[in-house]
Amino acid sequence: MKWLMVAIIVVSTVLADLLQSFEMKRHTVAVEDLHPGRLAGMVAGLALRVPLVVAVFFMAISFFAFMKLLSVADLSFAVPVTAASVALETVLARLVLKENVTPLRWAGALCVACGVVLLAV
Amino acid sequence: MAEEAHLSSSGTRRVDLKTKLLTAFVVCTNVLGNFSMSWGMKHQAADLGLSPLAYIRLIFTPWVLLGTTLLILWLLSRMTLLGWADLSYVLPVTSIGYVASAVLGRVFFGEIVTWQRWLGTALIVVGIICVGLTAANTTKQEPAR
Repeated sequence: MKWLMVAIIVVSTVLADLLQSFEMKRHTVAVEDLHPGRLAGMVAGLALRVPLVVAVFFMAISFFAFMKLLSVADLSFAVPVTAASVALETVLARLVLKENVTPLRWAGALCVACGVVLLAV
Repeated sequence: MAEEAHLSSSGTRRVDLKTKLLTAFVVCTNVLGNFSMSWGMKHQAADLGLSPLAYIRLIFTPWVLLGTTLLILWLLSRMTLLGWADLSYVLPVTSIGYVASAVLGRVFFGEIVTWQRWLGTALIVVGIICVGLTAANTTKQEPAR
């Protein structure tokens, strides 16, 4: 059950992050829109963007799987192990989102991924 | 030309500062949200099973509700951050949250943090420093609406 929840969380997180990054790059949010008074308008605007709605759907799946995981595993296991998506997402950021992943960034992502593996041991 | 360069330079600095501040906000809401959720889940008596209704009822208990609220703020702020910075930048830099969660688990829940976990923590910190030295955004984007 524990590892099934981890798999569900990782897959749904990867899909949600790719969709969010793709869509939010197309139309960024201005600093001024982060004012609390404009939050409702910002949320309404985001809710009309289909890729973001699909991303939130995947995040909801990830959220409920995470709740289940927390009920059967330690916090110090549950949170780090879900970061297994970091390495996978960095590769997909290069291939799908065409980001310029420099050697230093690859090294950093690799360190994080190895660290996450150690945390999950 | 000189004026353009000056404007461009100050604009870059402003982007850097707002990205850093938003990154800190994203990390804080994530860590505190996960902690509240975990606290709420560990202090609920019944076994949840796989019933969706049990999870929906649980969302409205105080600690889980607080955690959910913080995670909604995390979601919105992270979406905004993903518009300002690369996914391959945001992921490792916000990974400091995993370290904070391990520390909170040790301090508040008495969870056993082995030497492997501390080594993992150190590796994550090194990775964050490496990624933090790179440019936040390497892709072209449309101006803010």
